[in-house]
Amino acid sequence: MTGLTRREFIGGAVASAFLAACRGEREIPGELLGPNRALGHKLLAGGFPAPSATERVPIVIVGGGAAGLSAGWKLLRSGEGNFIVLDLEARAAGNAAWGENEVSRYPWGAHYLPVPGPRARAVRELLRELKVITGEKNGKTFYDENVLCHAPEERLYHHGRWQDGLYPRLGATDAELAERDRFHAEIAALRARVGRDGLPAFAIPMEHSSRDPELLALDRISMGAWLDLKGYRSPGLRWYVEYACRDDYGGDLSEVSAWAGLHYYAARGEGEDDRFLVWPEGLGFLTNKMAAALGPRVRTGALAFDVASDGDGVRVDYHDEATGAVRRVLAKRAIVCAPRFAARRIVKALREDPAPSSFAYAPWFIANLTVEDPPAGAGAAPAWDNMIYGGKGLGYVDATHQSFSQKRRRSVWTYYLPLTGGPDAQRAAAYKRTLADWRELCLSDLERALPGVRKSVSRLDGWVWGHGMILPKPGFIWGAERRLASRPIGPVHFAHSDLSGLSIFEEAQDRGVRAAEDVMSALGKPYRSSL
Amino acid sequence: MNIALYASLFMVATCGLIYELVAGSIASYLLGDTVLQFSTVIGAYLFAMGVGSWLSRFIGKGLAARFVQVEIMVGVIGGFSSTMLFLAFPHVASFRVLLYLIVFIVGMLVGLEVPLLMRILKDRLDFKDLVSQVLTMDCLGALFASVLFPLLLVPKLGLLNTALFFGLLNVGVAAATLHLFRDVIPKRAGLGGMCAASAAALCLGLVFSGEITSRAEGDMYADEVIFTKSSPYQKIVLTRWKEDWRLFLNGNLQFSTMDEYRYHEALVHPALSAHPAPKRVLILGGGDGLAAREVLRDARVEKVTLVDLDPEMTKLFTTHAALSALNGGALSDPRVAVVNADAYRWLGENDLRFDVVIVDFPDPSNYAVGKLYTTAFYRLLSRRLSPGGIVSVQSTSPLFARQTFWTVVATMEAAGFATRPYHAYVPSFGEWGFVIGATSPYLIPKKFPAGLRYLTPEIARGMFDFPADMSRVPAVPNRLDTQVLVQHYEREWSRISHGG
Repeated sequence: MTGLTRREFIGGAVASAFLAACRGEREIPGELLGPNRALGHKLLAGGFPAPSATERVPIVIVGGGAAGLSAGWKLLRSGEGNFIVLDLEARAAGNAAWGENEVSRYPWGAHYLPVPGPRARAVRELLRELKVITGEKNGKTFYDENVLCHAPEERLYHHGRWQDGLYPRLGATDAELAERDRFHAEIAALRARVGRDGLPAFAIPMEHSSRDPELLALDRISMGAWLDLKGYRSPGLRWYVEYACRDDYGGDLSEVSAWAGLHYYAARGEGEDDRFLVWPEGLGFLTNKMAAALGPRVRTGALAFDVASDGDGVRVDYHDEATGAVRRVLAKRAIVCAPRFAARRIVKALREDPAPSSFAYAPWFIANLTVEDPPAGAGAAPAWDNMIYGGKGLGYVDATHQSFSQKRRRSVWTYYLPLTGGPDAQRAAAYKRTLADWRELCLSDLERALPGVRKSVSRLDGWVWGHGMILPKPGFIWGAERRLASRPIGPVHFAHSDLSGLSIFEEAQDRGVRAAEDVMSALGKPYRSSL
Repeated sequence: MNIALYASLFMVATCGLIYELVAGSIASYLLGDTVLQFSTVIGAYLFAMGVGSWLSRFIGKGLAARFVQVEIMVGVIGGFSSTMLFLAFPHVASFRVLLYLIVFIVGMLVGLEVPLLMRILKDRLDFKDLVSQVLTMDCLGALFASVLFPLLLVPKLGLLNTALFFGLLNVGVAAATLHLFRDVIPKRAGLGGMCAASAAALCLGLVFSGEITSRAEGDMYADEVIFTKSSPYQKIVLTRWKEDWRLFLNGNLQFSTMDEYRYHEALVHPALSAHPAPKRVLILGGGDGLAAREVLRDARVEKVTLVDLDPEMTKLFTTHAALSALNGGALSDPRVAVVNADAYRWLGENDLRFDVVIVDFPDPSNYAVGKLYTTAFYRLLSRRLSPGGIVSVQSTSPLFARQTFWTVVATMEAAGFATRPYHAYVPSFGEWGFVIGATSPYLIPKKFPAGLRYLTPEIARGMFDFPADMSRVPAVPNRLDTQVLVQHYEREWSRISHGG
């Protein structure tokens, strides 16, 4: 212990509270949230009683995130309504979790969807159904203007002021700008490149990408190594590229493979095709719509803890949080839509596999801040996404950006902090931090760009994702384990974005739809493919 | 001793006239009609002085102490007179009652001063010297005040600070009297305390007078700021120079009474008169009621719905006598329904249909307002039109902000309107642009309502011609996800206002 006496400690605390009060500071209320860890720990602890009831359902989907709900969406659209979805949270949403207060809805995870490219057929099908896509003509797609991110889309704080866009232009030398242009030209070439197998170099869904060994070799080096190799040295450009790695993969330049890092840029369009679809609750909008269509088929508070082959079919045992009872479902097929680290505990065949896993997950911290009359900062006007050069976090996203109100005095800002630099150590450290620690970290980070912003914050809630997203480390995406992991084991199918190595909605949906179609094929049900 | 007395006398006379001048100036600034205001204020003031002089006979003993009390009262009431009048102007329905009440009280107290002083001095001087010297000082003080007031005090101190400053001088005279007559005044401590408290209050008034008129704002506006109000949405400022009233929202000129009829006639009638049966009219923005006034000129109009964001604006232009006179009481007209709401949301949340819509939003100077000039907004607007409906949109200056203007035209066209852009000259704004958006072929009206001062069928025909310096330029429609309009606007207007 330190030499601090109780008396000194209390005296110091009183003094600091007094000083804080003198400066007009007050404790900002809030809560520390996260995925249902109590149930998660129950899974680890085991010791569940024997099932008290058994039912028969042809298809059971384990996990109600983007992949699981998409599987359900595809089954229902194909006329197959006889299935259930088991999700352990109070609301099926997975990484698209969201919250709501008197000011706005706000995301606790995934918050935007880039407009889909031509190969993301299932995404386009879903968006047409939801009337987000309002028309298609001559190869052009028209979107609901209320959902397309309104201008200004993004701004960056650097050198004491906010500037438009994400690349740190302000104060950049001609040499640095030339390097940026060279990078963009290289990306444009990769965007147009077709592998020797005739497939595009980088595609969404990633299964549509070329298997050309020359391209897959990019997966074996880190994005940082690729930048070194190509002679990209300017700090501005490296920050810009690392920002993308942190934003989409939760990893820094050394943690993310070059194939993944380049996929971020080259698999997406540019200009009109490089726009975002945004909702106040983030992708919670999409999961809500899909869950609502599935109705009572979705069972929440349902922790599936054992999935095993049983004769011709599969049995799924789950703990029902509401009643505390264990129930058994006997099905012809199961689709396990949980992340791999959870599937390895749930699925008997995987539990019994002694091989270590190369699936790594980046931990994240997310805060939602309720703000009133916040400072706008000098320079460019507040945007949807507001980034801070050299910041710890990714900056903040404004949940009320799409509002038509002429004077938005109150808003909810979502602060994103990927915990890069070694997932296991970061996760352990994250679980030890208190809300006060996170609050200070978040506010001091934002105050670099918006001095005095804490005075505008009336509430700050935090959320720790211990396993926020799959980390596409070098060698992972095109390695053997990931490719084999997506294969069914008997009647047990798998679907999750981590089977693509890319934690994005398009991949989760692709995996879900793919598994649903496989199951229908296996059961001899006719369907029209969405892939 | 005598010099001090003469100085006091001089000071008292100066202060007395200053309060009169302050009251007269405020009345003519706020109410207009300078001759009438000055005449009535001076008349009331002199009459009140007479009443004060007459009342002085009822003051018997303790003259010096009474004089000190009168001085303190003059100092405080006179000193705060202008502050009270400014603050009360927007709130008190009968501003004149308060004005003459204050003028009367100050006049009466000032009327007490000279008789009391003469009686205090009567044992020290011969009667002939007394009369001669007191009246000389009184007139000298008046001369001093009348020269000082317009040349130095109003330009340097402003009306609020001038009154407060002379209030302090009155309190100073009280304190000096208290000191000079310390032998004959009982309970000096109490009076001394009152002096100190009054001086402190006046000093506080001086410190916070900036808050009241918002001094920085006073410097920003060319004319006298007679009213400011900060609503949650905007800062409303009204200025006045002779007969010219100007309304500023967040520092941007909304209208000048000298020529607003040009703007509002041009905004409303080319659309309204072209419609065969404009029964239901919607006005978006226009919380000043001036567009509503124009709409109501057309007897065919049965119902006007005015949607303005700011309840403070519509309340001000409904209840304030001088301001509602500008719109002819349009906002109290039984045909007019005022709704305080965000226009975009309001349009999206109801399914009413209108024959004519007048869109009078602020210029697209920021991204929030810019959303009201997008294809999405005009599409929403077109769904609120009855068949054959016509809209008219104020669209900034086609001369100063040519790209901006034609972008609005292109945006309305992209949203499905057949457009007819036009322009009018409004001296306080410059060359100003509007766009008609029609859903059936548009014909320039051959007849306008009676009582217009600017628009005639001949003038209207000319408005649709664009000379070469503001003729159409290629423009991309303004969309929510691009908001090109705000960028054009910022670029074009900053070129005008910063010279490059």
